Amino acid sequence: MTAATETEAVEPRHVTVVSRKAPVAFGVITLLYGLLLALASREGLTHFRFATDGDFVHLPSVALPAMTTAWVCGLIALVLTGLAFALTQAARKVPIWVSVLFAVAVLFGFLAWGGAGSDADFPIARLLASSVLLAVPLVFGALGGVLGERAGVVNIAIEAQLLAGAFTAAIVGSLTDSPWAGLVAAIAAGMLVALVLGVFAITYRVEQIIVGVVLNVLVIGLTSFFYSQVLVPDAQRLNSTTRFGSWAIPGLSGIPVIGPALFRQSVIVYLMYIAVPAVWFAMFRTRWGLRLRAVGEHPQAADTVGIKVEGMRYAGILVAGGVVGIGGAFYTVVSVSSFGKEMTAGAGFIALAAVIFGKWDPVRAAMAALLFGAASSLQGALSIVRAPVPSQFMLMLPYVVTILAVAGFVGRSRPPAADGTPYVKE
Amino acid sequence: MSDTQTSAEHRRVADDSDRWREALHRIVSGSWAVSLGAIVLAVLGGSIMIIVTDPGVQQASAYFFSRPSDTFAAIGSSVGGAYYALFRGAVWDFGADSFAGAIRPLTQSLTMATPLIMAGLGVAVGFRAGLFNIGGRGQMLVAAAAGGWIGFAVDMPWPLHMLVAVLAGMVAGAVWAGIAGVLKAYTGAHEVITTIMLNYVGFYLVSYLLATPGLLQAPGSSNPKTPHMLTSAIMPDLLGRRYNLHLGFIFALLAVAYVWWLLNRSSTGFAFRAVGENPAAAKVAGIDVPRTTVSVMLVAGALVGLAGVTQVLGTVTTGFSYDIDAGIGFDAITVALLGGSRPIGVMFAAILFGAFKAGGSVMQAAEGVPIEIVQVVQALIVLFIAAPPLVRAVFRLPQPGKRPKRGKRAARRQEVAA
Repeated sequence: MTAATETEAVEPRHVTVVSRKAPVAFGVITLLYGLLLALASREGLTHFRFATDGDFVHLPSVALPAMTTAWVCGLIALVLTGLAFALTQAARKVPIWVSVLFAVAVLFGFLAWGGAGSDADFPIARLLASSVLLAVPLVFGALGGVLGERAGVVNIAIEAQLLAGAFTAAIVGSLTDSPWAGLVAAIAAGMLVALVLGVFAITYRVEQIIVGVVLNVLVIGLTSFFYSQVLVPDAQRLNSTTRFGSWAIPGLSGIPVIGPALFRQSVIVYLMYIAVPAVWFAMFRTRWGLRLRAVGEHPQAADTVGIKVEGMRYAGILVAGGVVGIGGAFYTVVSVSSFGKEMTAGAGFIALAAVIFGKWDPVRAAMAALLFGAASSLQGALSIVRAPVPSQFMLMLPYVVTILAVAGFVGRSRPPAADGTPYVKE
Repeated sequence: MSDTQTSAEHRRVADDSDRWREALHRIVSGSWAVSLGAIVLAVLGGSIMIIVTDPGVQQASAYFFSRPSDTFAAIGSSVGGAYYALFRGAVWDFGADSFAGAIRPLTQSLTMATPLIMAGLGVAVGFRAGLFNIGGRGQMLVAAAAGGWIGFAVDMPWPLHMLVAVLAGMVAGAVWAGIAGVLKAYTGAHEVITTIMLNYVGFYLVSYLLATPGLLQAPGSSNPKTPHMLTSAIMPDLLGRRYNLHLGFIFALLAVAYVWWLLNRSSTGFAFRAVGENPAAAKVAGIDVPRTTVSVMLVAGALVGLAGVTQVLGTVTTGFSYDIDAGIGFDAITVALLGGSRPIGVMFAAILFGAFKAGGSVMQAAEGVPIEIVQVVQALIVLFIAAPPLVRAVFRLPQPGKRPKRGKRAARRQEVAA
């Protein structure tokens, strides 16, 4: 860090730093993918089904020769890798569409390989829909994580906020018989956990990671305790919510393949579509967002120009807590209608991974969360066609990708400068 | 916590009459007073949880204003009953007819404390070097897998077999933590993130191994569970078959002694602490910081791995599944924090939490209080300990930086005289 600033100070013109990590990562993945195809060649056709019931335009199912499709996808991946190399050679950044296209090509080829020779077909539309659904809590969690960390507060307690949201939504939703009340309660619960985090991390300046870890244990313990002591004996009254129904958006839901997946969903999913650009706008296009980021990058400077650092940080994590709370409500008022012990099952940590993989940017983090959602739904789909890939390795994928991302193999992940450090006014 | 001590040491003793005051002040403002205060607060919090969920209290509080004494009696019986059961399950069984039976809960607590001591030491070593090892779960799982495999699949004579299995587990844990260490040292990847992610990678890896015949899965079974450990690999019971306490406890005590020596008496440990206090200064002093980071994680992982392999060779010898870590990896963090990251402190903290664990299950069985309350109380303890100003404010303990009141006046008098 110091070395970098020093060199910059000496030769200020030398600013184009191009990371070769993207093309290298592409190359490694393409190589592994090629090896997989070459070593484990499979026979037969792969069936892809694009249609769902009640589609406007009924697309036919397609049967593709598995290995040919897989090799064509591999070729596309190879071309994209070459392109990435060429771009880096010319000292230019690898644009995001190249990465997205690369991911799609490899994924599709992998699906073709996995489904070879199986009678069951890949329900592409259903795969998309379940990817979106599985990603909802992750996206909200990631947005909350980005908001908090951009304000300089590391939030390991996303898991706790999701769980608290799910728990409260279940109780309030059951008592009032209204999913809306459950949603509001979940937001409040998320903010409450954030407030505790704030009191310890901002006011008492306790090491933020410790507070986060302990809050996770605390909320898991509290919700499990009250679940078995209060919810189980009185499940009918306290733990059976009315769920949000699915609303089809007229017009949009008629689009083949993506229509039913994206636009025949529940309110919380639409909230997610709004929340991602809203958080982006708030952070990068408003005065509030500028101050929030200033507090996270350089609190001394922010303080000098009259921004209340601690107040701003509280604001950041409270909003973040509310956002994560919505994701928590998803579990009990959309997904299933009752709370279960530790039902978030580590989603908060995947969300944290998405924050880092998305380089602390709300839109990228949401994309990363979607990718992780897709990885888990893919695992379900591969087991339908009985692909020879152990499900555990698919489930492992988001975490491995995150480790690679943090280590810097997938672009450079740089946290906000003052992330995790309490501000002590001098 | 270390800075409170140094500031206490640096404090100048003004005159003789203030000595005792100083000493008392040092005790009440020192970290162990805060620890005690935190435990008291957390237990109070636990009591509140028991009270609000107890059906007897709820019934009695319905007519609180006509007969309040009923409510208080119900509160007393619910809280008293729960803590009586906790004590009976953790320390001394009053119902037993012999001394040997009465002491059984205590040995059970020590058995529960055994892996907590080891894993807690692992986390503590990391803390002292400024590294957060949240990867206890993954490290324990891979260690259990490696040690367990040696334990049931390889044939060797008794002491050798057990020692090789223990060693394999420690190596596996060290490697798993070492990945995070190498990434931290050479790419700057934050160890909190990588260790959390490695937890999941380890979990799914071990799940895969457990679900695949020919690897860890017991032959002829479709459950994700290993076969029994061979007798030659099992850690023998220390006090005979009646008690569960096994050789692992001795290993844990040895680990405490080793870590104490490592941190306080060896040059490696000095490098660890130097890097933890100030990496830049350590670098200037000629310490290879990246290399030290890797060795810290290797030592930490080996200690946590020891906990994992002790679980499969000592506590659960009938074969294990992917829940063998039993939350110890996370409890270890709280143990290390409560113990102030010092080996002896970690040992006592682990015994306390082991007692909570042993007593908690008796409490659940006898009083119907869910064992999760133990988790809540532990979390509260650490939360309060991590925020000494809060505990000091609640109990009106003096701040460590400040001099006691009369001392201050005496100092002022001296200033005036000067």
